[in-house]
Amino acid sequence: MNQKRKIRILVAKPGLDGHDRGSRIIARAYRDAGFEVVYTGLHQTPEEVVQAAIQEDVDMIGLSSLAGAHMYLFPRVLELLKENGADDIVVCGGGIFPEEDIPKLKKIGIKEIFTPGTPLGEVVNWVEENVKPRS
Amino acid sequence: MFKKESIEKIGVDNKKWQQLFQESVEKAPERLKRFSTVSDHPVQNLYTPLDIKDLDYSNDIGFPNQYPFTRGIQPTMYRGRLWTMRMFAGLGSARDTNKRFHLLVNEGQTGLSTAFDMPTLMGYDTDSPRSRGECGKCGVAIDSLKDMEILFDGLPIDKITTSMTINPPAPVVWAMYIAMAEKRGISRGVIGGTIQNDMLKEFIAQKTFMCPPRPSMRLITDTVEFATKEVPRWNPISISGYHIREAGSTAVQELAFTLSDGITYVEAALERGLDVDSFAPRLSFFFNSHLDFFEEIAKYRAARRMWARIMKEKFKAKDPRSMWLRFHTQTAGCSLTAQQPYNNVIRTAIEALAAVLGGTQSLHTNSLDEVLAIPTEEAATIALRTQQIIAEESGVANTIDPMGGSFYVERLTRDMEEEALEYIRKIDDMGGMVAAIEKNYPQLEIADAAYKYQKQIDSKEKTVVGVNKYVTEEELPVEILQIEAELEENQIKWTNQIKDTRDNKKVKESLEKLGEATQRDDNLMYLIIDAVKEYATEQEVCDVFREAFGIYRDPGVY
Repeated sequence: MNQKRKIRILVAKPGLDGHDRGSRIIARAYRDAGFEVVYTGLHQTPEEVVQAAIQEDVDMIGLSSLAGAHMYLFPRVLELLKENGADDIVVCGGGIFPEEDIPKLKKIGIKEIFTPGTPLGEVVNWVEENVKPRS
Repeated sequence: MFKKESIEKIGVDNKKWQQLFQESVEKAPERLKRFSTVSDHPVQNLYTPLDIKDLDYSNDIGFPNQYPFTRGIQPTMYRGRLWTMRMFAGLGSARDTNKRFHLLVNEGQTGLSTAFDMPTLMGYDTDSPRSRGECGKCGVAIDSLKDMEILFDGLPIDKITTSMTINPPAPVVWAMYIAMAEKRGISRGVIGGTIQNDMLKEFIAQKTFMCPPRPSMRLITDTVEFATKEVPRWNPISISGYHIREAGSTAVQELAFTLSDGITYVEAALERGLDVDSFAPRLSFFFNSHLDFFEEIAKYRAARRMWARIMKEKFKAKDPRSMWLRFHTQTAGCSLTAQQPYNNVIRTAIEALAAVLGGTQSLHTNSLDEVLAIPTEEAATIALRTQQIIAEESGVANTIDPMGGSFYVERLTRDMEEEALEYIRKIDDMGGMVAAIEKNYPQLEIADAAYKYQKQIDSKEKTVVGVNKYVTEEELPVEILQIEAELEENQIKWTNQIKDTRDNKKVKESLEKLGEATQRDDNLMYLIIDAVKEYATEQEVCDVFREAFGIYRDPGVY
């Protein structure tokens, strides 16, 4: 039964950043790859993202950020997942990040960071290799 | 444009030549299976008079400053005055940005352009929980009139024009600018500039939201009416294709959706009872310049011709200035790459050249590091120098519309016009742009185009140097500008200090008056100015609108 369950992904746009070209393309690419996708739409607070992740029972959250607020928003999402006992959800990020922020984000538990120019195939493969249905 | 006999002869010769071409291709195949523009418009091997034989020079192309303005709106174009070099800038606090503005003006820039941070763009103060972590990141933080006063301190705003990229809270930020000028003794009749104030393209593409589309149209129409009556040198809307393109549209979609938005604003102002020639000359446009050189030039030429015809034929404008499509251009941020970032200087130069050959009125050239962060001073200076080299070294500004008459460009101009008109008709059939937005139509058309383009890059059908071809492992280090972490706290403290020292009774009264007026047909601009003069913050005023008109939330379609 568990084997059959498709991977469920929440594509999320935390913060006020409106750049959603990438997040919407990624949502489509995941959907075309056969994953179940929930897209939050724009302007979500970290609380709203985590609530959606738990409600939708997702296996992974893809956080998109292109406006520089990731060093507040990403840690906050991780913190809230932990508080809600949902820190087994894999979290990765995509967007624009200064080079020195990437190791910092990975250290606190963002599993992978994708930067501009990453082919869709690579993003999809990463999910297949790193995310399992949570049960 | 051509005699019937010459067209016949060219037809015969062309057939022969195409045969020769095919023979060559059989021996050595073409480099690509299919040639197309960056927007995927097919491109022929050669363009000849046959491709433009239906065009009529006088009616379709004509002369600069003459209807339908295909070749440019001004009589002298860049022989008289160069385009305005207007670099978009904004970072950190009002004080930081003021310093950058002074630097740009000293370097020879001729107009100011303000970038605001995300909370300001969305109508939230820095102390809102939604603003956490965002202060000053993407532009300057403006909470109250005090910040506006600091932002323009010492700058000659009676001589220089100011563009402000702001949308949902545009009436509020504009009110602050007017109030700031008046406090300095400069009357609203004198100041010149632009507020972007184009909510339709926000719903379509850029996505800074406050209220739903219909009340947003009311606020915008208030600003158009107010500008017409009170601030005659101001452009109350910059009808923008830029963000539509950045969201991944094709060039034709950018053209069509932008003009469709323009039509909607004109209709709303006419419904308000304004005479078309009283406000239409102050509508301005804002386009993207992407990398497909000829396609972009054709887009600007088509835009001018289409808008002139729409204004004359559909809206019966009589003043030629109502028919002028005046536009600002920004080079395509989405064409820049984080990989090998110095290549971005070249991309920007090509795009800037296309904008100039397309007859732009003002231009922002992106900095090489814009894909990574807010530009450093050095990178912003190179970008400005790019424009100065085009203007003063390349010679392209010495004659008007040098691309006019190119078989390819004229044909592409016509093709884009026809394809864009098709879209505009479709949107009209849906009940206009507001209805189309409510159906998510333009949003999904753009998402389709963006996804298709990404797949073309992934499959290497389209090349992006440094990303899917000519990739190097070693990245050149680029210096990145970082915004200090203390900024947010300082800004919150500063705004709280203003809230403590202003006359809070007057603030409350002015906001209540504004709230009451939202329920009537009054033009709200007068009361917004009253409120910001009392140092009501941006969010306090915007909350009045949210309360009265409701909040728009992203439908999240993809």
